[in-house]
Amino acid sequence: MKKELTILIAGEAGQGMQTIGATLCRVFKDSGCFIFANQDYMSRVRGGNNFFQLRVAHTPSYTLRQKSDIIVALDKKSQDLHAGFIASGGIIIVDKEKFKITEDKQAFFNVPFYNLANTVGGSEIFINTVCCGVIAGLTGLAPDALSKVIKDAFIEKGEEIVKKNIACVKAGYDFAKANFKEERFYVKEGSAQSRLLMNGNEAIALGAIRAGCKFYSAYPMTPSTSIMDNVAHFSGKFNIVVEQAEDEIAAINMIIGASFAGARSMAATSGGGFALMVEGLSLAGMTETPIVVVCAQRPGPATGFPTRTEQSDLNFLIHAGHGEFARLIYAPGTIEEAFYLTIKAFNMAEKYQIPVLILTDQHLADSYRNIEQFDLDKIKVQRYIISKEESKQVSGYKRYQLTESGISPRAIPSWIDDTIYVDSDEHNEDGHITEEASVRVKMVEKRFCKKIAALVLEVEKPTAFNIETASTILLGFGSTYGAIKEAREVLGSDFGFIHLSQVWPFPAQELIQLLKDKKRIFTIENNAGAQLAGLLLRSTGIKASGSILRFDGRPFNLDYLVEEIGKYKDCSD
Amino acid sequence: MNINDFKSNDEITWCPGCGDFGILGALKKSLVTLDKQPKDILLVSGIGQAAKLPHYIKANCFNGLHGRALPPAVAAKITNHNLAVIVTTGDGDCYGEGGNHFIHNIRRNVDITVIVHNNQVYGLTKGQASPTTDFGFKTKVQVNGVIAEAMRPLELAIALGCGFVARGYSANLEHLSWLISEGIKHKGFSLIDVLQPCVTFNKKNTYEWYAKRVYKLEDSYNPADKMAAYQKAAEWGDKIPIGIIYRQESQTYEDKSGVNKIAPLADADITDIDIREALKEFM
Repeated sequence: MKKELTILIAGEAGQGMQTIGATLCRVFKDSGCFIFANQDYMSRVRGGNNFFQLRVAHTPSYTLRQKSDIIVALDKKSQDLHAGFIASGGIIIVDKEKFKITEDKQAFFNVPFYNLANTVGGSEIFINTVCCGVIAGLTGLAPDALSKVIKDAFIEKGEEIVKKNIACVKAGYDFAKANFKEERFYVKEGSAQSRLLMNGNEAIALGAIRAGCKFYSAYPMTPSTSIMDNVAHFSGKFNIVVEQAEDEIAAINMIIGASFAGARSMAATSGGGFALMVEGLSLAGMTETPIVVVCAQRPGPATGFPTRTEQSDLNFLIHAGHGEFARLIYAPGTIEEAFYLTIKAFNMAEKYQIPVLILTDQHLADSYRNIEQFDLDKIKVQRYIISKEESKQVSGYKRYQLTESGISPRAIPSWIDDTIYVDSDEHNEDGHITEEASVRVKMVEKRFCKKIAALVLEVEKPTAFNIETASTILLGFGSTYGAIKEAREVLGSDFGFIHLSQVWPFPAQELIQLLKDKKRIFTIENNAGAQLAGLLLRSTGIKASGSILRFDGRPFNLDYLVEEIGKYKDCSD
Repeated sequence: MNINDFKSNDEITWCPGCGDFGILGALKKSLVTLDKQPKDILLVSGIGQAAKLPHYIKANCFNGLHGRALPPAVAAKITNHNLAVIVTTGDGDCYGEGGNHFIHNIRRNVDITVIVHNNQVYGLTKGQASPTTDFGFKTKVQVNGVIAEAMRPLELAIALGCGFVARGYSANLEHLSWLISEGIKHKGFSLIDVLQPCVTFNKKNTYEWYAKRVYKLEDSYNPADKMAAYQKAAEWGDKIPIGIIYRQESQTYEDKSGVNKIAPLADADITDIDIREALKEFM
């Protein structure tokens, strides 16, 4: 019995890796295992080479492995590309006849899945369900459990399709049972029952819904699009308007208008779309209108790698926007953080009347885990506006009234009997345009200096693991959380890990405390410029000993990171 | 309501004799006629001389970015449909910098009224050509005269299916006020393009120039006839028609999305939204 197992399914776009992946996730989840899964896909609808990797374990897993125990190659190219990534003792499932492979390798497990799909299902399109059956046979999954999930997945397509799929699953399962007698890939059932199977974008969408987002506008852009899909999916149930904008400029200006009118609102995009939103970000800062914007990073510059991952927009988001204004940037590292921090983002945006940004990336957006149920009782959605009741008493309203805190009471138009003036020009307390130097100074202090000072006091504390005894600290932000957490556990007690889920305002005081007396500090970043190390130096004066940087568009994983850190370990300081 | 209920104390910074004064007067008159409360009106603008207008009326005002008046205006209407949303914009703001929003918001057909102060020149940046500047017009930038064809916003709007397309003249306050009132009453996106002399930078399209050309559409004119509307919209030169050129009501964004069948989204109680049913889909 294996404690953990990694399965990789590779093929052309359109061959149904997603269906196999989603099906296996569900079945393993139902069997009580912990899973971590991610898709690696190319920016095309057909062809190319895509894969779905799934890690199944008895303890919660937060990252992927470099090599896989079972690889399913749905086409010849996949066999060529992935044969070098078979774990010790692992196998690669191939259809030798179809791929015209004559050689024999020890790792090959030959399954005539094309033939099985054609004879049992009547079409090649069933190769994915045949392979699901094969994996069930190899790993000891109950075929009934698999059939049930398959039935749920295909029920909308009709009885006939369900029947064919179940027959194909059975054919694959029987073939594996008859031709692979060993039980070395069996994963025994676990105890992780009533959990949620979710990816980062789904968690953000649900967080937004829970936080009371009533207006969502975006232009589709990978890897952010599924946030919009998910909000739209639930829009009828929760009375949310989802409006696909003509461009990202419209999207951010729309959510600012909706927020001004009283509705919590959000947009999501990736780096290129965020670049178009920058002018609007500055408008939110100037008009002190609360908004939440997600930037799910992908490798740039320009169009870059549309479907892959990177953390190269850290500096961009911190500095985006002309002029000086306060902002807050969260960088969730897990699906749970994505959910809770999205809710917090809406509360903080409204409390401080600022834009709040959520910095994620393709890796967090698309990775699935089965997580514990959210603690819904812990959630507080707080309003920071003049309520409808209180609005009746308002007279002589000044939108930008100068206060000790810098925050002016915010009224909603049509709720108060008075009128509200908001302007992107420098304005006086009434919201009318001004050129007065003294007013300008007071307004800059209000919307920038005072808000920043208050935000620093509410910073999301860094998460620290094994800091006391460690001499080497690994420092990361956002989606590297899982790989660093698990790598640290493998590396042992000499290593500590600090994860930042807020990158602006930078938690400088907290890091100065945590990092004092630490001999070696390494930042782990999915970028080439060591942006976090630079930010650390600028904000705290602490110079990192080095940075482990990955910028090939792929996420870190446990083995890759342990190996890279090992290279540093060998050369003593 | 009377005209003083809409009086703002903000200082007006337009040039003396500017065509914008006529538009301001006409809009105030319409708001009085329609008996709107200042608190229930939202004026949205971008940047330019036209965009300053909301400051000169007592009403809610969102004065956003150059070219970006329409996106916040439609979103405010969608989320708070108690508001009468009126956009005051210019030919540069609406047809140039904001051209993409102009196109797509006609398609959305949110119930807003868009008043375009069309002076065929850039005032705030001191006299460059705008999208509607006549061919051959010389400026400090277009030193040999404008070589691009002037944009025809009314024809474009009719082609996109805009349900209320009108042209007014800022020197004919009574008529303009009537057009604005009809535009506000129209359910859906209403466009009122207003001929507005710029006394400082446009020495061609002057009050005298317009006086010779502008005429009101005949009573017999049928604004529901789309092909006739194209022809009227295209009339430019010796004779320039003003009036409701095209009118055809259709379902608004609010009708189609259903937001006007429920209380404004801005009013929703959001403190304790129950997502347990939604989470079941992930179990």
